Amino acid sequence: MSREVEELNRRLLRARDAMDRAYAEPLDVRAVAGVVHVSPAHFSRCFRTVFGETPHRYLPRRRVERSMFLLRDTDRSITEVCFDVGFTSLGTFSRTFREIVGETPSGYRSGHGPLVVPNCVQMANIRPRAAAPAATRSSSFGEATTDAVSIA
Amino acid sequence: MITKLNVASIYVLDKDEALDFYVNKLGLEKGNDVRQGSSRWLTVRVPGNGGTEISLEQPGPPLHDEATAERLRELITKGALSGLVFNSDDVRGMYETLKVGGVTDFTQEPTAHSYGTDMGIRDPFGNAIRILQQGNVSPEATA
Repeated sequence: MSREVEELNRRLLRARDAMDRAYAEPLDVRAVAGVVHVSPAHFSRCFRTVFGETPHRYLPRRRVERSMFLLRDTDRSITEVCFDVGFTSLGTFSRTFREIVGETPSGYRSGHGPLVVPNCVQMANIRPRAAAPAATRSSSFGEATTDAVSIA
Repeated sequence: MITKLNVASIYVLDKDEALDFYVNKLGLEKGNDVRQGSSRWLTVRVPGNGGTEISLEQPGPPLHDEATAERLRELITKGALSGLVFNSDDVRGMYETLKVGGVTDFTQEPTAHSYGTDMGIRDPFGNAIRILQQGNVSPEATA
């Protein structure tokens, strides 16, 4: 039994890695499920059990995290950033960003500058986790509390 | 005062498989390999003198009871334990070498940042490994 759990975990991790690596590509959950050779529905259930959130939540949060990075660190336009991170419409990007981060992409950009931590540390620690309740949406990175390292 | 990080350890599911990956795929060298009964002290290190020994530890008795070992194996395979960061003098060359060598678990292809170029892979068990070539400054971070 234990070996089966370990094998499934490893395959699901491979699928999560695919989202972290290829978020900019036209990736959807069905394609990611193909990485682990299971049906999308079964994949979503297993993924949630192992990582605590569904792949339908994980992927947009990775894309939004990468867009936050590009907004902080580059001069690329918001439309360019939207497509850079794998969204296919500006409307979906803006709405998803607002839902997850609690402010608009342009509002976020104006309030933040580059972070002086390695990119891999940003990817590990700044991906927004959950929709913050309205009362606590003052946090600069969704729920992440990393303001101390901001040099904005 | 402390003068050196002498030994760091990383959990693996199988020491032989780990040795094959870290030495034959990644290019580290075997350090200590001492057997005593059923125990085996196995380390790898960056080739050359004076580097940190990386002890390859397998969860299980007598260090852990079986339930604890099972939890650790689950955490390793879901990528929840800590990893290693190496420096390289040619990260893009290593990427090509690793691909030719059959490594497929890249978490990030070589990417330029303001502080260098790095890539990410996983060992066969789920541990995160990053390889960084420092100082190769690009005019603008691309990802």
